[in-house]
Amino acid sequence: MSMQGPIATHRQATGIPTGRLAVWWLLASEIFIFGGLVLCFVLFKLNGTPGFEDASLTSVAAGAINTFVLLTSSLTVVLAHAAIEEGNVEKSFKYIWYTVGFGFVFLGIKTYEYTGKIIHGHIITENLFWSFYYTMTGLHALHVIGGMIIMAIISFDIKKGYNFQRVELIGIYWHFVDLVWIFLFPLLYIANF
Amino acid sequence: MSQATTAVQKEQHSEHHQELSFLYKYILPLDHKIIGMQYIFTGLIMAVIGGYFAYAFRMQLAFPGEIVPLYGLVGPGEYNMLVTNHGTIMIFWVAMPVLIAGFGNYIIPLMIGCDDMVFPRLNRLSYQIFLASALVLILSFFVKGGGFGGAWTAYPPLSSVAEYSLTDWGSSLWLLAVALEFVSFLLGGINFITTTMNSRAPGMKMMDIPIAVWFIVIAVILFMASVGPLIAGAVMLFMDQRIGTSFFLPSGGGDPLLWQHLFWFFGHPEVYVVLLPTMGIVADIITVFARKKLFGYRTVLYTAFATGGLSFVVWAHHQFIAGIDPRMANVFVVTTVLISIPLAEMMFCYIATLYGGSIQFTTPMLWGLGFLAAFLIGGVTGIYLGASAIDVYFHDSYFVIAHFHYTFFPITIIGMFAALTYWFPKMFGRMMNETLGKIHFWGTFIPFNCLFLPLFLLGLAGQNRRVYNFLNYPDLARQELHDLRVFATMSLVVMLLFQFVFIYNFFVSMFFGKKAPNNPWEANSLEWSIPSPPPHGNFKTLPSVYRGPYEYSVPGRESDYWPQNEPPKK
Repeated sequence: MSMQGPIATHRQATGIPTGRLAVWWLLASEIFIFGGLVLCFVLFKLNGTPGFEDASLTSVAAGAINTFVLLTSSLTVVLAHAAIEEGNVEKSFKYIWYTVGFGFVFLGIKTYEYTGKIIHGHIITENLFWSFYYTMTGLHALHVIGGMIIMAIISFDIKKGYNFQRVELIGIYWHFVDLVWIFLFPLLYIANF
Repeated sequence: MSQATTAVQKEQHSEHHQELSFLYKYILPLDHKIIGMQYIFTGLIMAVIGGYFAYAFRMQLAFPGEIVPLYGLVGPGEYNMLVTNHGTIMIFWVAMPVLIAGFGNYIIPLMIGCDDMVFPRLNRLSYQIFLASALVLILSFFVKGGGFGGAWTAYPPLSSVAEYSLTDWGSSLWLLAVALEFVSFLLGGINFITTTMNSRAPGMKMMDIPIAVWFIVIAVILFMASVGPLIAGAVMLFMDQRIGTSFFLPSGGGDPLLWQHLFWFFGHPEVYVVLLPTMGIVADIITVFARKKLFGYRTVLYTAFATGGLSFVVWAHHQFIAGIDPRMANVFVVTTVLISIPLAEMMFCYIATLYGGSIQFTTPMLWGLGFLAAFLIGGVTGIYLGASAIDVYFHDSYFVIAHFHYTFFPITIIGMFAALTYWFPKMFGRMMNETLGKIHFWGTFIPFNCLFLPLFLLGLAGQNRRVYNFLNYPDLARQELHDLRVFATMSLVVMLLFQFVFIYNFFVSMFFGKKAPNNPWEANSLEWSIPSPPPHGNFKTLPSVYRGPYEYSVPGRESDYWPQNEPPKK
């Protein structure tokens, strides 16, 4: 790790590296954002708001494949971290790009789903269920895209030989994005409570 | 890493930054002190705008339909816009940037003894997002239809349907500005928390951290945990406005009450988000000027934890007449009254700190004591409003306005002046003029009470808030009530005029004041151990800490203070 920036960045009074600590706090704030959205959705659903029966129109198969894709991408990002721990930059670079690739597959399937729904007239303003569907999956997709961009930047950084610790940090973030999907998938595709 | 290598790297580090151009030193700085000042000055400019708005609509209330000097005629729509944006600006663009981001940035690294925030570039970015949010808000005043006028709480459907609010773009830009501001503070907050957790000077244990730093960090955590759902809500409201969804519109299956819950789930902790930094700053000020150890450091800290925890379960006391279940209202009455216990305990600790101290009535101390006195009235009247039976009558009346301003004025304005006058010597290397400082204090504090005490009476008389012209209502047009309105407005004008004393004192002292020594107040915390103003990189050799920050008048010592970094005698 290169010694750049102020001394403050390199102190560890808690024993946790600063970057990791900050990512955990970032995710804490994200939990409240997604948590608020999910809570609103659940409250409307429990209230029997008309339109929520449209949940049966979502494609469970597409959602399930996407879950599988995201879970696999979490594996590859872990492998990238393991590789960089060994100092194997090439291997880590490769696994980071596998992860980005899975991100593209995820977004592709998402696009296919969106297109199908919109063709059948299920647009965001149709009813509250579809409003939530597009808002929640859209916000999640933005997080996926953000993660992919950051991963691409990190992959070239480590090739140049610095900021190795960031592979772990983006991995933590990527797991969070994965975890959010684990909540969204049953809520939007499967649940019928 | 040993202390020696740290110090060597430190020196190299500051040499490296010696020749910064003006652009990188003041416009795009990485130094936490300059970023802090950027926040403070932006906040002060916004405070001028917010105060100007208050002047315009108070004049309209006192002299309805007459041309307001320096403003012009205030129309009904414009009145709504002024009231709404006065509230929004004072909370989101004055209280938060000055107290949390501004002073947080300035004092956290200095008080915990390190050279900068852990993420300087993130710090700069959060200021830039904040600046953008302020510009978007100002832009919203000038779009077609004018600025948003649906109150700072932005209840839908008024805020979500352009045909109702008549401010199509004003509402959306207002919402965008608020959302950007939230993002800026989330980023800044992560920086604050991480810095305080990880970068404290060697030897500084949890219970050696000055209360001011503790409280800013607790406030940031409260903000982070409460604002998330409102960010989600803001996205939903924005889509209601621009795409035509109906999250908050009953006509499309949505629920306007949901917004109120999301808003107040944030809105009530927000009160404590801005209160705690001021409380912390005042704790540091009163110990220094009473020359006494803070009474019950741990108690003060734990009461802040209790307040923070309870602040998440009191939000519905803003909604007693909004149609919530009366049984639920009872629960919120209990939690609301409960939250006054830790806060009262904190107050008692402060008063106990003053008891028996050798109090020096310097300008910062006057502001500190003024805060305690004024906030006490704000806190006590809050207990009235927390009881649902009384709140049903008082709701949306001027009693609420008076109560609110007796909490937020001390927090924001008095707290800001306390902090500014206390750290001014450190920030600019000059002393402020004490006589002018005291004139400014009394010229603000007395008119403040003359302004808001009559509003309690008007509220008791049944005067509703957000009304353009009370003379249209026979019950409220009575002469004795109108006299109170005129008196309140005149007090505001007097108070605003006295601010020119401060502006004069501030700028003249900044350039021509008496040179400040390192430690003009003889205080203990680390920022006073270095030159005023501190150089880039703050400490020549990074300090170690041997004791807590409040060791004043320790028996058996020659001087009555004991700096945190002074090594104990062998």
